[in-house]
Amino acid sequence: MARHESTHTTTMLEATHVASDEARMNQQQSLLAATPKPLNATRALLRRIIITIVLAVLFLMPLYAWLADDIFMLTLFGRILVFALAALGLNIALGFGGMVSLGHALYIGLGAYSVGILSTLGMTDGWLHLFTAVAITSVVAIPIGWVALRTQGIAFIMITLAFAQLFYYVFVSLRQFGGDDGISLTNLSSFGVLTGDKYAIYISLSLVLAFVLWLVNRIVHARFGLVLRATCVNERRVNALGTRSMPYRLMAYMLSAQICALAGFFLANLTGFVSPAMMSWVVSGELIVMVLLGGLGTVFGPIIGAVAFLMLEEGLKMMTDHWPLIMGPFIVLVVVFLKNGLWGLLQDRKESPQGDGGNIK
Amino acid sequence: MNKPHTTITESTLMPNATGDTPMSSAHFATPQERSIKKPLLKVNGLVKHFGGLCVTDQVDLTIFKGDIHAVIGPNGAGKTTLINQIVGEIKPDTGHIYLGNEDVSHWSVARRARAGIGRSYQINSLIPHFTVLENVLLAAQAAAGHNFYFFKPATSVTHLVEQAQACLESVNLIAEQDRVAGALSYGQQRLIEIAMTLATRPTLLLLDEPTAGLGPTETERMVELLLRLQNQYATLLVEHDMGAVFALATQVSVLVYGKILMCDTPDAVRNSDVVREAYLGDEEFDA
Amino acid sequence: MTFNLVLAQTLNGFQFGILLFLMAAGLTLVFGIMGFVNLAHGSLYMLGAYFAAVIADHSGSFVLAIGVATVGMFILGLLLDAGGLAILHKRGHLDQVLATFGLVLFFNELVRVIWGNAPLYMDAPETLAGSFTFLDFNYPAYRLVIIAAGLLVALGLYLLIERTRIGMLIRAGASNRGMVGALGVNISWLNRFIFALGAALAGLAGALVGPILSIQSGMGEPILILTLVVIVIGGIGSIRGAFYGALVVGIVDTLGRVLLPVWLGQTFSPSLASAVGPALASMLVYLLMAVILAIKPDGLFPVKARGS
Repeated sequence: MARHESTHTTTMLEATHVASDEARMNQQQSLLAATPKPLNATRALLRRIIITIVLAVLFLMPLYAWLADDIFMLTLFGRILVFALAALGLNIALGFGGMVSLGHALYIGLGAYSVGILSTLGMTDGWLHLFTAVAITSVVAIPIGWVALRTQGIAFIMITLAFAQLFYYVFVSLRQFGGDDGISLTNLSSFGVLTGDKYAIYISLSLVLAFVLWLVNRIVHARFGLVLRATCVNERRVNALGTRSMPYRLMAYMLSAQICALAGFFLANLTGFVSPAMMSWVVSGELIVMVLLGGLGTVFGPIIGAVAFLMLEEGLKMMTDHWPLIMGPFIVLVVVFLKNGLWGLLQDRKESPQGDGGNIK
Repeated sequence: MNKPHTTITESTLMPNATGDTPMSSAHFATPQERSIKKPLLKVNGLVKHFGGLCVTDQVDLTIFKGDIHAVIGPNGAGKTTLINQIVGEIKPDTGHIYLGNEDVSHWSVARRARAGIGRSYQINSLIPHFTVLENVLLAAQAAAGHNFYFFKPATSVTHLVEQAQACLESVNLIAEQDRVAGALSYGQQRLIEIAMTLATRPTLLLLDEPTAGLGPTETERMVELLLRLQNQYATLLVEHDMGAVFALATQVSVLVYGKILMCDTPDAVRNSDVVREAYLGDEEFDA
Repeated sequence: MTFNLVLAQTLNGFQFGILLFLMAAGLTLVFGIMGFVNLAHGSLYMLGAYFAAVIADHSGSFVLAIGVATVGMFILGLLLDAGGLAILHKRGHLDQVLATFGLVLFFNELVRVIWGNAPLYMDAPETLAGSFTFLDFNYPAYRLVIIAAGLLVALGLYLLIERTRIGMLIRAGASNRGMVGALGVNISWLNRFIFALGAALAGLAGALVGPILSIQSGMGEPILILTLVVIVIGGIGSIRGAFYGALVVGIVDTLGRVLLPVWLGQTFSPSLASAVGPALASMLVYLLMAVILAIKPDGLFPVKARGS
């Protein structure tokens, strides 16, 4: 299909951050020509079923834990929720905005350290922690985003990584706040009688997750989302139409950072522990894997990705100490063979390049 | 519609009545009223070098509303580079660009677009995975101010959707509005290209080879469309298809090696020796 | 703050810069020519160090260890590229980042499985184990050797790039990848060679660094990240940029860590210096990068022309 190739070529020249999107779209196209439409109804049904099951399991976990007195499961699933939230956030920048940030764990860490540092200093008010987490993250994300967005392609990835590492080393060297070892928190975020209650933490986390899910769905379809998604594919055209692309990308980057900060806030409260390892580049990498595994640029995908990845990790950890030997190649295989992610397999085959992020249901 | 047969005759007409290079003024064949009106686009002394190569050599252009000003020339003459400079993607070395009353020479691409420059591309530059409507909506909302709206779906913003649909109707694509843009035929995508350009509510149309890649019927439709739009805009048209050029243009500038060889009525250009020499051997000109 | 101390630290910075250059040269070529983001570059450095340590231990010959590590990494580079990384050339950066990230996890664990968790140590050869003395200035001879070796390699790369046909292809590929392929050059062999060359340089760096650092799992990543900073500052695809960028980063980082706490202690107070000194010193290089990028987003010696 020569004409699509020429579109492909132009946008390849113009696309800055997500060349893989184009390759993916082109491949999808050849698949799609042959797939009959009735299958879309099955896919939609499957999606609805899976979303219901996943959300049900996640939201009903506290009930199960209370009945079975299984705090371990509650904490495990709490961690899954934390990373599902962070992955949702990252997807705004990565999946919809095409910004490959290898440093988003930084914002999880900043959220967590807001709790950790303020607690250690004696300021335990939960709302203060929350506000600080989001505020500090915004203040950090804007200059980093601004500098990074001045560059193109690979430089963007490297800069986000470099800045995340910068903060990692800074926190490692903050000996009064635990340094390399981190801090075990004696006081968690104070929310009156609910302070430190694992069930309360879990339930509020699930509510926040649900809210953010709803929010992402709105944003993606709104005028802002249209600009962002278009910029991801053809920034040159967006500018030529009269919309300056930079402010929108920066806003998307900042939003995604803030959501990660929320995740960090919950992580600190859930585990009662804060350390620089939370913002290591390994975590950033794993976060991207979760988003990819779920399905870039889909609304619900990151949740699937986080669930799948973390459950696999837990399973492997139980089998062997040397689980990275398996996880590493697994990631390579996912990248090579499952580019559209698990959730991507269930997206509607429209008659052309993959449907955009609209398909939450 | 038959494409006019445009052979160059052994005419001894001078390319320009004054005999010298037609750089100083480029207003032609117009009713007297036009000398009072302000030109929509005025390009003065545009020069651009890439390293040692001069790709734009003292180019002047003046275009009024209602004009369709075609820029023709052999491959590599610098036509697209010229458009890129007017649009703002490339900074010229010297020269000025005026849009109406404003000197836009130092404005950004987005700012010039909002000021009224609508540009379409030689190769389709859509968002393939958006629907046809979403593509045009993107353009319509660009002209509507900022877009930091996060909650209401873009497709529910009635006034913008209506604008977008109006543009789609003018290119006869309204029936396809919900189809994914990448699935349409090349010719239809070319029309989406135009619809997007129109949706930004421009005053000046910069069309880079709108008939590129189109078959004869589709070219005809494109020409009809551009004729219908003629009086609402000032149009600068880069084209290789001579049939389209002579069917549409009110003036023609011939660009060779970055220099405007002549700027005159289509007939004068068609009969010009100088131009024929420049195109010698170029089969497109004989089409 | 004696002159000797500052001189020694400057030389340390220079030596660190040379090591970074060895890493950066390979990475910038791989990225500039092939457009391939290789996060596993740090793993190649780490494996070079392990190989060298093991060979030195068994054979007693330092030179052999360095040689085997370098050649071994060259071969590993060929195998990796032939074995599957080539698929990723056509994919976007995101896919490359993730796939090589998976490799990093794998290699970091692999060395733990083979050689255990405890760090390995490597001795510098006896002839070089001493100090070099000039007037009353002492400096470890081995570090001078690293500097010398690195400069030789830089010279060799310069000759390769500027004076040979392969070098010409490399330079052409750095500014216009597609064109070189279109000219009929067997682009996949060129790519494979470049990738292997980059791997060899990383392995050499790892081998050279064996005697001065402890060799352990995960040692590659801190160096990798600084290497990324170097090539972003220097300009992606530019060897010259890698050279100057590496020296700047090496010297700023080393001197910064030494001088900044001292300056803080003298200007403010010793307790402040020990509290925030190390943290601020870690930030220096990244702040430098941010400033350079704010002014010149394509780096100091950009290779690809922007815009038109």
